Amino acid sequence: MSERSAAQGKASGRPLVALFATCLVDLFRPSVGFASLTLLQRAGCEVVVPPEQTCCGQPAYNNGDRAAIIALAKQTIAMLEPADYVVIPSGSCAGMLSEHYPRLFDGEWHDRALAVASKTFELTSFLRDIAPLPTPEKLHPPSGKVAYHDSCAGLREMQVREQPRALLKSTCGVEVVELQQRDVCCGFGGTFCAKMPEISAKMADDKLKDAASTGATILTGGDLGCLMSLAGRAQRTGQNLEMRHVAELLVGDQDTPPVGGAD
Amino acid sequence: MEQTSRNFLGNAHTALGDEARAERRDLLALFQPIMRQSAVDDFAAHEATRAHVKKVRQHTLDNLAYYLARYEEQATHNGNHVHFARDAAQMNSIVLDICQRHDAQRIAKGKSMVTEETGLNEHLARAGLDVRETDLGEYIVQQAGETPSHIVGPALHKSADEIRELFLEKHDLGERDLLETSDMVAEARQVLREHFLTADVGIIGANALIAENGYSMLVTNEGNGDLCANLPSVLIVCATIDRILPRAEDATAMLRLLVRSATGQPQTCYTSFYSGPRRAPDPDGPLETHIVLLDNERSDILDSGYREILACIRCGACLTHCPIYAGVGGHAYGSVYSGPMGSVLTPLLTSLEESAALPNACTSCGRCAEICPADIPLPDLLRDLRSEEREQRLSPLRWRFGLKMHAWLAAQPALYRLLTGLGIRALHRLARGRGRFRRLPLAGGWSSQRDFPAPQQKTFMQLYRERDRHDG
Repeated sequence: MSERSAAQGKASGRPLVALFATCLVDLFRPSVGFASLTLLQRAGCEVVVPPEQTCCGQPAYNNGDRAAIIALAKQTIAMLEPADYVVIPSGSCAGMLSEHYPRLFDGEWHDRALAVASKTFELTSFLRDIAPLPTPEKLHPPSGKVAYHDSCAGLREMQVREQPRALLKSTCGVEVVELQQRDVCCGFGGTFCAKMPEISAKMADDKLKDAASTGATILTGGDLGCLMSLAGRAQRTGQNLEMRHVAELLVGDQDTPPVGGAD
Repeated sequence: MEQTSRNFLGNAHTALGDEARAERRDLLALFQPIMRQSAVDDFAAHEATRAHVKKVRQHTLDNLAYYLARYEEQATHNGNHVHFARDAAQMNSIVLDICQRHDAQRIAKGKSMVTEETGLNEHLARAGLDVRETDLGEYIVQQAGETPSHIVGPALHKSADEIRELFLEKHDLGERDLLETSDMVAEARQVLREHFLTADVGIIGANALIAENGYSMLVTNEGNGDLCANLPSVLIVCATIDRILPRAEDATAMLRLLVRSATGQPQTCYTSFYSGPRRAPDPDGPLETHIVLLDNERSDILDSGYREILACIRCGACLTHCPIYAGVGGHAYGSVYSGPMGSVLTPLLTSLEESAALPNACTSCGRCAEICPADIPLPDLLRDLRSEEREQRLSPLRWRFGLKMHAWLAAQPALYRLLTGLGIRALHRLARGRGRFRRLPLAGGWSSQRDFPAPQQKTFMQLYRERDRHDG
């Protein structure tokens, strides 16, 4: 993040938020990035999108290659330091910055990682707990019931549980229908789904079955990885369930095709 | 048992194909966490006890040599013979020696994962001894010639019908058909009672060894442990050195976590403390008692980055709460211990080389660590094992290389931007508006089971820059 954009934010008197879009949103679903941007601006934040951002490094880290992501983590920490807050539309990547970056380092970089960790938030928890999203006009609720998929890192590392549900209710009048096993993993697990595809598919099937039994036609969530994996499995098995990121629902974006949907 | 962890994926494939058992596993995975949660909710001091026991366990592990010596001294003072076994073979031979010294023929055995670890039953059977498991689940598994699929519920993988078939085949039932489950339990009880009464040696495990008084603590729901311990004239307790706790009150504090986490009960039906052999005024009890303490790699684990796994209290909750365990069942792991704790322990007890698949059978979902009564950071330990797997070059080269390249590229923002920009545009065109791919080169693992969602037209960073420039 440049000195100039940091200075601009500080001058406005509004909280300066660095939006870390995540690599999946960057590469596969920019609409989630733009929805996040809009939401943060509506919440009265000065938002910057640091141009150096790439990936938080989870793939290598979770496969046990800490050394490979040291340079990447330093770059990410340094880029986010000038902001008042770091907001990420993913519980998993937010968890990586909050919980795991500090463990990569000792000494000075450990302190710097901790400082960034302490101001890092998952998008919906930020919009609920830190910079409340105003609700001037109710958006058109999506047609059909909406179920919410709690991603594991959001749930356990970032304490995201009720925030997205409350926002969906206040912003689009959506009363989320609940899955029976809310706290069970969907089987994505980053590279896990490629290393153990059959077990991963079984877990996805369980999640899809759970979602289908609620009568929901839309399954939303805060992590694009889970949604891509579930959408891909639903399509392969011929299940009709739309996956959309919660940020898209919160800005009323119903034009963008669902994850994996035709243009 | 013969370890088949190397074939974890093959074992898992077979398990997933058995629909009846898969359905049973799904049901257990749904109900067991509910039972545990309700037991924990009813115990206001759960979190406080968890934190207290964690501190006690850490202190004990930090001073293990001291407490082991204390335990040995106290247990010996109570009249026990205390033996130390370096490895599985040594434990097995110590136990066999004791049995042979007493000309023992029949052994009544209580549930003990340690003896599963050492393969004690096979060792004794090879020497001609008649070893009978007396825990109902273990008995069923033994009759079937199988191994436990869960450290607490060894036969949870079997349906009542399967158990009935087994008894019909193995027992002399005459006209009886064991229609009711209670008939099967009564049948097993009858067979086991006779064995208890004629056994020469009883062998049991221990949930805790108490240093201050030299007692061992055992919990069961069937009381079979007490019959093994009190009816035969010789008792052998088999345990690992990490079961030591300083005081009796530490053992009972641990117990409050153990039972709720294991079965969702506030208390098991039987909790026993064994002090030693029958004393002069005692009307019953064994005449001679032995305690065999097994190390089997624990000392090395204590000095490693994995020492926290030694705080495990063997409640099995991490198995019950793991969606991968629920999916494939305990046998797929191909090892004595399964699920998250087993995936940590197995490579440490055997070798990472033959069990490298196990630390990868994890999505880092964190549910096991969340509910672990010993607060063991299981996903972190599994990640550390994956790190060793990589360092020892046991993981596939294309994975190691690919992930390193990705991390390197991500640390070069300009190059990353350029390449991802080109790649995403190409991928989008390749999808031809269908929004997904059935197959994708280099994503075979993914696309074997699911479609791959196609990217939107450009990357977020490209679009954002274009918009930013436009807005000026």
